[in-house]
Amino acid sequence: MSTEYNFAYLDEQTKRMIRRALLKGVAIPGYQVPFASREMPMPYGWGTGGVQVTAACLKPDDTLKVIDQGADDTTNAVSIRKFFEKTAAVAVSEKTEESTVIQTRHRIPEQDLTEDQILVYQVPIPEPLRFLEPRETETRKMHALEEYGLMHVKLYEDIARHGRIATSYAYPVKVEGRYVMDPSPIPKFDNPKMEMAALQLFGAGREQRIYAVPPYTKVVSLDFEDHPFEKGGAPQACGLCDAHDAYLDEVIMDDAGTRMFVCSDTDYCRMRREAGHIGEMGVPLAEDAA
Amino acid sequence: MNPLLKVENISKYYGSRLGCKDVNFDLYPGEVLGIVGESGSGKSTLLNCLAGHQEPDTGKVVFDTRADGPKDTVTMSEPERRMLSRTDWAFVHQNPRDGLRMGVSAGGNVGERLMAVGARHYGDIRGTAVDWLDKVEIAEDRTDDRPSEFSGGMQQRLQIARNLVTGPRLIFMDEPTGGLDVSVQARLLDLLRGLVRELGLSAIVVTHDLAVVRLLADRLMVMKDGRVIETGLTDQVLDDPQHGYTQLLVSSVLQV
Amino acid sequence: MYVAVKGGEKAIDNAHAWLGEMRRGDTEVAELTVAQIRNQMALAVDRVMAEGSLFDPDLAALAIKQSRGDLIEAIFLIRAYRTTLPRFGASAPIKTENMACMRRISATFKDAPGGQVLGPTFDYTHRLLDFKLAAEGGVETAPKSEADTDEFKPHITSFLNQEGLIQQEPTSDARPSDLTREPMELPASRALRLQALARGDEGFLLGMGYSTQRGYGRNHAFVGELRIGDVAVELDIPELGFAIEIADIEVSECETVNQFAGSKTEPPQFTRGYGLVFGQSERKAISMALVDRALRWKELGEDNPGTPAQDEEFVLYHCDNIQATGFVEHIKLPHYVDFQAELELVRTLRKEATEANAAKEAAQ
Repeated sequence: MSTEYNFAYLDEQTKRMIRRALLKGVAIPGYQVPFASREMPMPYGWGTGGVQVTAACLKPDDTLKVIDQGADDTTNAVSIRKFFEKTAAVAVSEKTEESTVIQTRHRIPEQDLTEDQILVYQVPIPEPLRFLEPRETETRKMHALEEYGLMHVKLYEDIARHGRIATSYAYPVKVEGRYVMDPSPIPKFDNPKMEMAALQLFGAGREQRIYAVPPYTKVVSLDFEDHPFEKGGAPQACGLCDAHDAYLDEVIMDDAGTRMFVCSDTDYCRMRREAGHIGEMGVPLAEDAA
Repeated sequence: MNPLLKVENISKYYGSRLGCKDVNFDLYPGEVLGIVGESGSGKSTLLNCLAGHQEPDTGKVVFDTRADGPKDTVTMSEPERRMLSRTDWAFVHQNPRDGLRMGVSAGGNVGERLMAVGARHYGDIRGTAVDWLDKVEIAEDRTDDRPSEFSGGMQQRLQIARNLVTGPRLIFMDEPTGGLDVSVQARLLDLLRGLVRELGLSAIVVTHDLAVVRLLADRLMVMKDGRVIETGLTDQVLDDPQHGYTQLLVSSVLQV
Repeated sequence: MYVAVKGGEKAIDNAHAWLGEMRRGDTEVAELTVAQIRNQMALAVDRVMAEGSLFDPDLAALAIKQSRGDLIEAIFLIRAYRTTLPRFGASAPIKTENMACMRRISATFKDAPGGQVLGPTFDYTHRLLDFKLAAEGGVETAPKSEADTDEFKPHITSFLNQEGLIQQEPTSDARPSDLTREPMELPASRALRLQALARGDEGFLLGMGYSTQRGYGRNHAFVGELRIGDVAVELDIPELGFAIEIADIEVSECETVNQFAGSKTEPPQFTRGYGLVFGQSERKAISMALVDRALRWKELGEDNPGTPAQDEEFVLYHCDNIQATGFVEHIKLPHYVDFQAELELVRTLRKEATEANAAKEAAQ
């Protein structure tokens, strides 16, 4: 571990400040708590909010997993994992079930999380009303007064134009019947998983906001009574592990445009293949490694 | 009967310039008050102070709320005031662009206030919107079109439907026929008069056009240089104006 | 057969090694030293110090070397380093009236006590490439003035102050909040706004300032005074019970004098815009003063027809180039999960639209 910096990079004073914001976030589920985001040694937009939240949560005996787009080996996930290996010397893992803190960008793992786990989201724009009303001063007022009519106007327009709600990711939710919240840009396929046993923490570094969804909190995707929320998902099964219940990436295989669909959650896919599931285009795991 | 709106000593300055000064009046349920004057007379400032768009420097605007009876809207909390302005109050702007969401369909424009107060059934919201569009003479097959594709008169009728859908008790109108062709004005006025009578609305109409108040208003208030110079029943003021300025105003119009 | 992409870690290591090689460039060419950058690229160093909010020419020069001359990248390096530094205390406000000026000009008075000092400016150079510099620079020497350069030069606006012609700024000993330590909340105080502008992007402020001159929030500015030079930084030492000088820093300061029509309580008088930047950067100091003045519309009871430079939220949320560059560039990171969701949606919508059209045609 590098000794030039404090454990998990941030100084204790800063971590305390972030933990206070986190506690406030937990106390008011879905409410965006302003916090004095620090300038991190990685660019805004690369997960500085998530990194600060993770830094404030990590203990030396934690096991950290970092995923981006569901995968452990995407470059930015690798980079963030390396950052904490260097600055906090915590154990790292690609296995969802043996991790205590999971930092994610754009996905929720397929496997159910437990009460002993924390899921940290990287958030680019924490304000669900931002693209309807660009002013922070105005949106804060709308939250305070619970003026969410405009959000439904957007959904109404979708149905009027397309016959269905045309929001496919960062699909807004209402938390515990009060605050409308941006779930970060996860596909709406993941929305139903947000009512979970684990603590969910959201960090937006550039926008200086933290928010939280405590375990077992009610999280409802916005919809109309006669146009209920649908999580969607590809009709195919994973080409490697044959999973029917997972979110799939579409991969272009050749110049003719042949497509293959594979699990976006690489750990889930590995686990299923280890258990002997084989998809249409897959081979047993042992042969793949060879 | 209690007045619906009781206005006491409203004054508003812009820097050292006077907006309006010492305005007092009562408005009773079902009554339509016209405020006339030339541009710069303070009538729009007054209307904005009454509707909570601007904060007056002095005075009270007491509204008879459904829940708590008479309350000063100048000092009431912002949430309360915003709630009023999307339920019991309505505001029709001179320029429909200020009162409509131009990027949202006609149906969405009318539905917004319903959704703001909790409606969550798409079919019902749309049904109500179509009903209201019909009331303001906009055909059902225009429901999904955006206001930017509408004529000026249609935009203004859409604005009225958007405002009236939640059944407000008080409607503020700022030059509702301004900028429209004469024939279109006449049709709109006819529509407004019908709706006001049918729904028993109270209204405050600001205009420089005496024809508008003659058709719509029960009572009249004449403003000049930020002050009210004459008030009375509409016919009485127009047929027998007392103040010199009112006489000038009336004669210059009626001679045409 | 499909194998999931692996090897992100190795790719990153190799990319960093390649970057290092590119930074050094052709090894036949002598390596640039930090001292050379500090001395001969001084204005780049100044910009990095100003927008990095850290007065340290050596570190700024190092950052420029490390970033291959990408100044925003260099500013980023300085900012990330700055965050980790412990805070010893806050200095007393610098006294710019005591500045040892190398340049001091006023556009409002032909002459004033202290005089006009042109200083080392590009202003009247003819912008002709000097090919001699491409060969050997040679050593240029400037003649020294007989005059006393340390002569006290009072602020030009202090003369307007004597007549009560210019608005007095309230003095305050209140410690301004530190926007690198507390989240920014709006509306912001003027002190906080100036803090944000002082470390804001030079190009952004230049564009905003320019827009006010072209009519988007025009505020009729004269450069009352522009001065560049060294000022002493003093720090209160509690153990000693008094302040001691800890450093001299170079700053550029601009005070604009602007018209003001008067308000309910105030007769017409001049008002000011203020710009202060580390090092020599009068372009930024002037731009900052224009934007500062534009942002004061509310306090002065002026109109705001919705111009960008008068919009506090717009200016303060978009002037920081480290925030901007991060968020603009982050869209190159993988987004394939979101894109997949959009793909599915567009396919569904197209299918439904095609079916609806087909049904319509069949019915006809």
